[in-house]
Amino acid sequence: MTLIEDTSTRPVRSLPSPRRLGGGRTERWVLLLSAASSFALVWVAYENLTPASGIVGFVLCWIVAFLAMVWLAERELHGSTAATDRTMGLLIVLVGAAVVATLATILGTVVVQGLKAMHLTFFSTTMAKTGPLSKATDGGALHSIIGTFEQVGIATTISVPLSLATAVFLSEGRGRLVRPVRTVVDAMSGVPSIVAGLFIYAAWVLRFGFSGLAAGFALSILMLPTVTRTSEEVLRLVPSGLKEAGFALGSPRWRTTLFVVLPTARSGLVTAILLGVARAVGDTAALIATAAGFDSLNLNPFHGQQDSLPLFVYKQIRIGLVDSQTQRAWTGALVLLGIVLVLFVLARIASSGQKVRLPRRRRSRSTQGAPE
Amino acid sequence: MTTTSSTVEPRLLLSAPTRGDRVFRGVLSGSASLTMVILALIGLYLLSGALPELRADGLSFFTSLRWTELGPFGIGAVLYWTVVIALISLFIALPVSLALALAITQYASARVAAVLTILIDLLAALPSLIFGIWGLIFLQPRLVPVSEWLSQHLSFIPIFNVHGTNFKSSAFIAGVVSSLMIMPIITSIAREVFSRSPQGEVEAAYALGATRWSVIKTVILPFGRGGIVGGAMLGLGRALGETIVVVLIVSPTFLISPRILESGANSVAALIALRIGEAHGIAVNALMAAGLTLFVVTLLVNMIASAIVSRSRSGAGVEL
Repeated sequence: MTLIEDTSTRPVRSLPSPRRLGGGRTERWVLLLSAASSFALVWVAYENLTPASGIVGFVLCWIVAFLAMVWLAERELHGSTAATDRTMGLLIVLVGAAVVATLATILGTVVVQGLKAMHLTFFSTTMAKTGPLSKATDGGALHSIIGTFEQVGIATTISVPLSLATAVFLSEGRGRLVRPVRTVVDAMSGVPSIVAGLFIYAAWVLRFGFSGLAAGFALSILMLPTVTRTSEEVLRLVPSGLKEAGFALGSPRWRTTLFVVLPTARSGLVTAILLGVARAVGDTAALIATAAGFDSLNLNPFHGQQDSLPLFVYKQIRIGLVDSQTQRAWTGALVLLGIVLVLFVLARIASSGQKVRLPRRRRSRSTQGAPE
Repeated sequence: MTTTSSTVEPRLLLSAPTRGDRVFRGVLSGSASLTMVILALIGLYLLSGALPELRADGLSFFTSLRWTELGPFGIGAVLYWTVVIALISLFIALPVSLALALAITQYASARVAAVLTILIDLLAALPSLIFGIWGLIFLQPRLVPVSEWLSQHLSFIPIFNVHGTNFKSSAFIAGVVSSLMIMPIITSIAREVFSRSPQGEVEAAYALGATRWSVIKTVILPFGRGGIVGGAMLGLGRALGETIVVVLIVSPTFLISPRILESGANSVAALIALRIGEAHGIAVNALMAAGLTLFVVTLLVNMIASAIVSRSRSGAGVEL
């Protein structure tokens, strides 16, 4: 009686709720004992019987043995179908955890190593008087930081208007040009940054020499597809009702776009630009053949070699003859990471302030199969 | 009533675009065309730079294994290692990305899925330089024992065989590091494709008593096949063009060998990055030819990938 009532009043769920991982008591014991027995097995076999060593290999073998143990135990309890289900579920969860752990390790390593030689003069001195015998805390990246700001500034100035115009063009979705332009923008996002740098080298540097401006050109090629595609996605979400209201009030198309569509999508566009800037800030390969790096301050981006933060790190780690250079590279990497993280967080904040929701992939669950 | 109606003229309705609109439209299509012009210019400039070298060495440029100061030049081995490193990273990144995408769409709760998505986006936003320095100094010493183990126990497989004792600076290590960098793009496409899998079929499978893994195996993965293949190719395209990680980790070689665990590999991007600074004369043209090759290959791979994703049933309407 009560059972029938319960099921009828319970809301229908879109997904059935399959057995939860680590749910029942038996399951927990299976996990615990499998982990313990596989650890013991691998410890004997890997550490003592074979001449191998190293933490990475040990953990890999342990995970494989653990999953095998779980599968065997579950097969005894519930049969092989349930055992496979459970083992694959565990594997997928473990992979997710491993990727998160790897990301944390990367960030942690850069922070810990970078802080070792971090000092205030890093932001106020250049490498002009620093040689291989100097201490890690000697010299700084002032020239590189200024170079990065100038080059990325140039790239942003060039690419943002171009990208926004292209994005508006694509989001309006009319005309014969739309399809080829979209294909080209897609293709451009796959152009390796070294090729962008080489192109500017052939088209500009061979005639006018290395400069921050050339680096800005190369970076703008990298920013263009990122900003265009993200902006287009945002612009297409602006409700057509708003546009039509604009037209109904007698406003011409350009006024509607500039004063209705773009302001509505403002925070999404800011996100797009910030993501583009984040891509440009960290790129090294495009700068090797354009800005080419420099050890002293060069404030003029239009003439002469210039340094940038990625080039600074690249040079220090490439030489890497002595620890002080490697240390300096880590510190530079930390500063670079800090800039990228700030941009990333700002982009997140901007997109959460978006009035028109950015496309969340999961939204399409209910409307699956229906191409827009 | 009659007096007002005579003074108020009906508003003029225009269907033709105003002059402002025509200018606006022109600016928009001008910018859009400029994008196409830029891509065309990249190809043309690289081609014109490459021609002197291609005339000098002909087809042997693509097959020869020599790279001397003043020519002849050949990128046979360089191309080979580029592909090998890209395939190693794809081999590692593809299963991991699929597992991640399944974790996000099928296993995690909404909140965990949102956090995972942000973390994957963060992974995509990290500069390759960060991966390079981390891979070189942190990961390499920890991967060398794995290489040693593989070479000791599986050396009957040619790729795991090693001559000598230097396991550093190998294609394997570079591949592992760059797999981290192509993981986000494969994951995001797979995730999008999986989230579009037909709900009716999923629920039908559950109703027949399928476990979660059976649903994944019988509905979600087959449905997403086009997206998976396309995403993998996009990842491959990224890996082919990866520069900094390869430059920092591998020690350049111009010889072909199947031994991926051994020190020595190369890539077109790394070749350019390492030599463009001091190159003069015909050497610059040779680097241009190498760059043109890389440009054409990545363009082809990306276009095929886009076509596969957008043609497949699962990928229609997926933003790449």
